Amino acid sequence: MWTPDPEVWQAIWLTVQLSAIVTLILLIAGTPIAWWLSRTSSAWKAPIAAVVALPLVLPPTVLGFYLLIAMGPEGPVGRITHSLGLGQLPFTFPGLVIASVFYSLPFMVQPLQNAFEAMGRRPLEVAATLRASPLDAFFTVAVPMALPGFLTACVMTFAHTVGEFGVVLMIGGNLAGETRVASVQIYDYVEAMHYPQAHGLAAIMVAFSFIVLLLLQIWRPVTRKGV
Amino acid sequence: MNSIQARFKLDWPGFSLDVDLSLPGRGVTALFGPSGCGKTTLLRSIAGLERPPKGLLRVNGDLWQDDGIWVPTHRRPLAYVFQESSLFPHLSVMGNLQYGRQRASQANAFDLSQVIELLGIEALLSRKPDALSGGERQRVAIARALAVNPRLLLMDEPLAALDMQRKQEILPYLERMQKTLDIPIIYVTHAPDEVARLAHHIVMLEHGKVSASGSLHDTLSRMDLPLRLGDDRGVIIDARVSEIDKQWHLARLDFADGAFWTRDQGLALQDTARLHILARDVSIAREKPQQSSIQNILAGRIDRCVDDDVPGSVIVRVLIGETPLLARITARAVADLALKPGDAVWVQVKSVALAR
Repeated sequence: MWTPDPEVWQAIWLTVQLSAIVTLILLIAGTPIAWWLSRTSSAWKAPIAAVVALPLVLPPTVLGFYLLIAMGPEGPVGRITHSLGLGQLPFTFPGLVIASVFYSLPFMVQPLQNAFEAMGRRPLEVAATLRASPLDAFFTVAVPMALPGFLTACVMTFAHTVGEFGVVLMIGGNLAGETRVASVQIYDYVEAMHYPQAHGLAAIMVAFSFIVLLLLQIWRPVTRKGV
Repeated sequence: MNSIQARFKLDWPGFSLDVDLSLPGRGVTALFGPSGCGKTTLLRSIAGLERPPKGLLRVNGDLWQDDGIWVPTHRRPLAYVFQESSLFPHLSVMGNLQYGRQRASQANAFDLSQVIELLGIEALLSRKPDALSGGERQRVAIARALAVNPRLLLMDEPLAALDMQRKQEILPYLERMQKTLDIPIIYVTHAPDEVARLAHHIVMLEHGKVSASGSLHDTLSRMDLPLRLGDDRGVIIDARVSEIDKQWHLARLDFADGAFWTRDQGLALQDTARLHILARDVSIAREKPQQSSIQNILAGRIDRCVDDDVPGSVIVRVLIGETPLLARITARAVADLALKPGDAVWVQVKSVALAR
């Protein structure tokens, strides 16, 4: 029988914290991007959509590398954080949050964009003829109608952040209680030949991922159309 | 200033709209024309859902659009009924009714229960839209529009998505509404029967331009009507029930210059009725027909003859006193009878439809 190390619980707790914070930030930051992408006919739509999708295809090391440079002492972000007295972000939990936000961005934006596009313009036009300002209509019509899309987007973002590894190694390193998330902890165990501990944690990850995907299948997101 | 003035110019690839209209500030105005003629775009421009780069829109004294002036849709005191009812699926029927009502400042002056009763949706209030039939949904959509107590009601083919039966189910509600409300209604349709039943005023659109505009009576009896109405060509006559013949199940309907007999369809004495008389149901004779099965034979005078859309077919306008009737007859009949303007003739009206 496997008895987990305290390190295991620490890594899991850190992973959950990271994923929850990233999901919350992306919910706030990704929704306007998705909304804009679903409504605009601007020439910027295609390039912006491509940038949003970049993390899907880039090796996480590439993303991590650039973020490391940017947030480092000589990087543009690093200079700003330094001059604000915040110090350097790499190898800290906040640095990890920022990197993960970039890494998981498409997992929030794309399901939301799909949900908004499936809804069409009509419900908002109806709301406008019923005296709702655009912002009012967004919160009272678009958001409730796209609720299944929001659910998918949040679950996908959370799960994807739980599963990241390359970006964490590049930007966060491997500091216990600070940046050592579950995936890194497994890597550590394997490096140190602690196979039973690696097995236990890996099994938890498999079970978690399976349950998440199963739930998504069961609550098949059906974005409601106007009736 | 009880009128609507609308001037729009809009150019899209493959479509343009160029209209300058003055519409009455009350009653039902039908925007009529084939699909793609721009009637929906015109309606959307009035609602502010489209923004024509050049436009002037004044509704009963309020300026909604002009150079440098643009009132967004949600600040215009109007209501809009879309072709598909477009109810909010996450709200109940009552929630849908309340949505606009809570936001419209002038809505409190208006009794919601009156609207609910007018459209007969009392039993549906707690249901969700996906538990309603197509006809019920459209009635809820109309009620939702009325619940904001609009000063202008815009309707975009509200019956087009419904089958004949559902359409017949809703038309009486629309008629009641049109009689009860004291606001202008602009009604987009391509169905002549809806025009005949509901409209007081008609605007005909073709290729984004107005081809005819005026009161329904005058416009429909015009000979130079640009729109090809085919079998639907006819006139509208307002009449009043003056006699009911119980024995033969007939009703006599008096109009300004005469009377028609029609099947008694449950009308009461003194009821007003609108008659739709199609040109294809009217024939012409030189002599007063004797021993004819046709009950409605009236004396008149030929006003004009014009070739119809179909070769070999002629539209003849006959004045019964001052009231024009249209007859569609063959060109050979015109030649055989040597019909010409000014001739005294007898018209036989085979069928008189009650538009309402």
